[in-house]
Amino acid sequence: MSNVKVLLNGGQNITFLRPDGYFSFHNIPAGTHLIEVSAIGYFFSPVRVDVSARNPGKVQAALTENRKGLSELVLEPLREEQYYEIREPFSIMSLLKSPMGLMVGFMLAVAFLMPKLVENMDPEEMRRAQEEMRSQGVPSLSSLLPG
Amino acid sequence: HQQYIGKVKQAVFHTHKTGRKRVVASTEQNIIATLDLRSGEIFWRHVLGPNDVVDGIDIALGKYVITLSSGGSILRAWNLPDGQMVWESSLHGPKHSKSLLLTTNLIIEKDNALIVFSNGRLNAVSCIDGEVLWKKDFEEESLEVQQVIQPPGSDFIYVVGFAASSQFQMYKINAKNGELLKHESTAFSGRSQQTPVSNLLEDSPGLAVIIHSSVTGIFAIKTDAATIFIRVIGEGKLEVVEKTNHETVVSDALSISEGQQAFALVQHAGSNIHLTVKPAHDWDSNLLKESIKMDQQRGFVHKVFINNYIRTDRSHGFRALIVMEDHSLLLLQQGAIVWSREDGLASIIDVTTSELPVEKAGVSVAKVELNLFEWLKGHVLKLKGTLMLATPEDIAAIQYMRLKSSEKSKMTRDHNGFRKLLIALTRAGKLFALHTGDGRIVWSHLLQSLHKSESCRQPIGLNLHQWQVPHHHALDENPSVLVVGRCGPSSDALGVLSLVDSYTGKEFSSLRLVHSVAQVIPLPYTDSTEQRLHLLIDADKHAHLYPKTHEAIDIFQSEFSNVYWYSVDDDNGIIKGYALKTKCSGNVADEFCFDSRELWSIVLPSESEKIITTATRKLNEAVHTQAKLIADQDVMYKYISSNLLFVATVAPKASGEIGSVTPEESWLVVYLIDTVTGRVLHRMTHHGSQGPVQAVLSENWVVYHYFNLRAHRYEMSVIEIYDQSRADNKDVWKLVVGNHNLTSPVSSYSRAEVITKSQSYFFTHSLKAIAVTLTVKGITSKQLLIGTIGDQVLALDKRFLDPRRSVNPTQAEREEGIIPLTDSLPIIPQV
Repeated sequence: MSNVKVLLNGGQNITFLRPDGYFSFHNIPAGTHLIEVSAIGYFFSPVRVDVSARNPGKVQAALTENRKGLSELVLEPLREEQYYEIREPFSIMSLLKSPMGLMVGFMLAVAFLMPKLVENMDPEEMRRAQEEMRSQGVPSLSSLLPG
Repeated sequence: HQQYIGKVKQAVFHTHKTGRKRVVASTEQNIIATLDLRSGEIFWRHVLGPNDVVDGIDIALGKYVITLSSGGSILRAWNLPDGQMVWESSLHGPKHSKSLLLTTNLIIEKDNALIVFSNGRLNAVSCIDGEVLWKKDFEEESLEVQQVIQPPGSDFIYVVGFAASSQFQMYKINAKNGELLKHESTAFSGRSQQTPVSNLLEDSPGLAVIIHSSVTGIFAIKTDAATIFIRVIGEGKLEVVEKTNHETVVSDALSISEGQQAFALVQHAGSNIHLTVKPAHDWDSNLLKESIKMDQQRGFVHKVFINNYIRTDRSHGFRALIVMEDHSLLLLQQGAIVWSREDGLASIIDVTTSELPVEKAGVSVAKVELNLFEWLKGHVLKLKGTLMLATPEDIAAIQYMRLKSSEKSKMTRDHNGFRKLLIALTRAGKLFALHTGDGRIVWSHLLQSLHKSESCRQPIGLNLHQWQVPHHHALDENPSVLVVGRCGPSSDALGVLSLVDSYTGKEFSSLRLVHSVAQVIPLPYTDSTEQRLHLLIDADKHAHLYPKTHEAIDIFQSEFSNVYWYSVDDDNGIIKGYALKTKCSGNVADEFCFDSRELWSIVLPSESEKIITTATRKLNEAVHTQAKLIADQDVMYKYISSNLLFVATVAPKASGEIGSVTPEESWLVVYLIDTVTGRVLHRMTHHGSQGPVQAVLSENWVVYHYFNLRAHRYEMSVIEIYDQSRADNKDVWKLVVGNHNLTSPVSSYSRAEVITKSQSYFFTHSLKAIAVTLTVKGITSKQLLIGTIGDQVLALDKRFLDPRRSVNPTQAEREEGIIPLTDSLPIIPQV
């Protein structure tokens, strides 16, 4: 709380906060003014304050970022400032999507699925395929094509 | 990250309880800070606004720091341990006057009270919540109150002052309710004896100034030659007690025990300073006399504050906090300097960077052997650390070794050019060199030329320029910087120059000039020792060439006709451009002086425009790509000319604070001017807008930040300027076979057709400063560095400020990377 400053009109008047969060500016002439809050770690929208000339003491305020009017001059941060890049949290999907995960996944799929493909062939075809492979040595693309 | 507080004006010690001993200080930079007396570290500090000058501070109830600021209008109480503001009250009064703060032990209705005299009114304020308990105005119209005194142990206070007719007035007031008890006044002529001061001064010439001090019975008069101490004895009789020739500073009185007061004297004698503490009633005895060796670079002592403590043998010991001429703060205790703070860095005027020396390859064998023992010790320590056997001191030593040998803090250049020396000129006339790796001070030098002396009464530093940056020819010379200053506050005061070596900090040349310095223009020419030629323009518009060597004259003569400069007259709204004529005549003539003639002038209508900001390109900026490729395989050529000047003007009524005018009465006009021919390349008006304007100009664009009164938000605008005369060169055949003017240099003589594009966006923060990043190879995109008013730095990619952004970018534009248009600039920290 002690490092928070409230600035009026681009730094002409600077005031600080009391322990209960109250702040005050004195002797402000009538017209439109801008209040900004400087607090490390938080983002506050600047507030446009209209001090009425006709009714002394009447003050209207509105946030500049989203044009919301304020019924009482209570300033809350719009969001927290992120100074650092957020480290991505650990997730299983990111592990699987990484190159190592993809390689392991592919190998597992080949290890389980390939025998299934071979199972459906009848034993004759399998013997023929094995003989061809033994005679040729290197399997060529034409031998792999069916028919 | 380092924090500074500035030149200390007042200091109050807080050393009563056991535990942390602190001192609370207020400085000329409107900062209130609490320092640890053991180490000088800042516990907390608050920066008050620029108009919030601190008039008085004190500690009340042992736990609140009370400050009176803004000419006595604002009274604040801060919690001593953490700096949290407890209460704030605003005091009003009928007229301006001196402000006085007095903390008392009074208890009014169970509240401890403070007595404050401000703005012509006496107030009693409660310590707990800041409520004003009673107020008293004085009937005497012209009363100037000098002091408010509370005799110890009584319930009333005395207010003493002078009325206009040199009548001495004394009011006695009941402290509980503000009732006036007694009023006495004596006319001055009733003083029994007026010993003329000149009798005492004898032969000392010069101005005599009474040194302000709160010691009763003794006062000091300072002349140019000596300082004289005079004691008041009896009925207004004065007696000279001591006369010294050294620079002396006196502290305020400190009450050390019941009824006894002491004060301190600090005298400068050569390279030592002598600290003497004397009891107030007895000049001849000394409670303490110490002599301490002081670094000559700090200058003379300006202020001293003392504090006492009880030693183990029940005698009084004293410690002194001294403020030196270079704004640094030191604590002296028991004959030694306990700590020191370089607070001159709180008020930096100008900064420039300097390269570090090139790393010399190879380490000699002898050096390795010498350090063998250190190396062994270091390894043993690290081993102890990993085995968890290290004591806290060992851990500290390991950390220190790691820091010292880390890459960041080496004193040689690194590959990417990140390690540099920052050379800063402070308001106190001292030059500091800071290392960018860890911010430590490599050297510091109090400039002789900016030292207060008889010939130069009020030296003011102006700016720093790179003087010698050895690249090719003179690699074994050290780079140096030029410091330009002037000897008085007005712009036709005589100037002073200093040349300082950037590696060692030695001032190897200092000149007192016979002319004033209005502008310093670094020329793009260097002589054979890589010294850059500079032109110093004085108030009569004569140009003087430095360095004053024949070689410089020869180089300059060959480029004589190409030298142009401009001047901006803010008050009259006139911008003028000059070129050089012949050698100047007159009594300041030498062959290095040249007359100038006015080439062009732009007179801005002063009833509707007042200049508030100007901006130019940085000299050493290199533009990497001349052409900008846009969608549809089209090319636009940037208009890159180093002679561009950006000028921003506002309506005269709107040159005050934000919110002082209505949107209908204010407008902002920006110009882009070529400084060689005076041609206004572009002019744009923003209606309903106001300053303050921060601008940066780079390559072919300008980004500026201002306040939009209609929407009551800040805005940032960008103007980009392109060269149309080269736009015919889009045909490849023409580039290859025909003749094209792409390689012709950009010259201001040719009146190129230019077109500009601009756009504006809303922006949340108010700015203190804006700058642009540099890239060596042109690969990284430029980012704008924005310093916000909350003292934070934001890096905004330049692509957000591209005037060709539109709400629905076409496919080709999206390929190029143009971001869709939004009305405000987003601040995404990761981007």
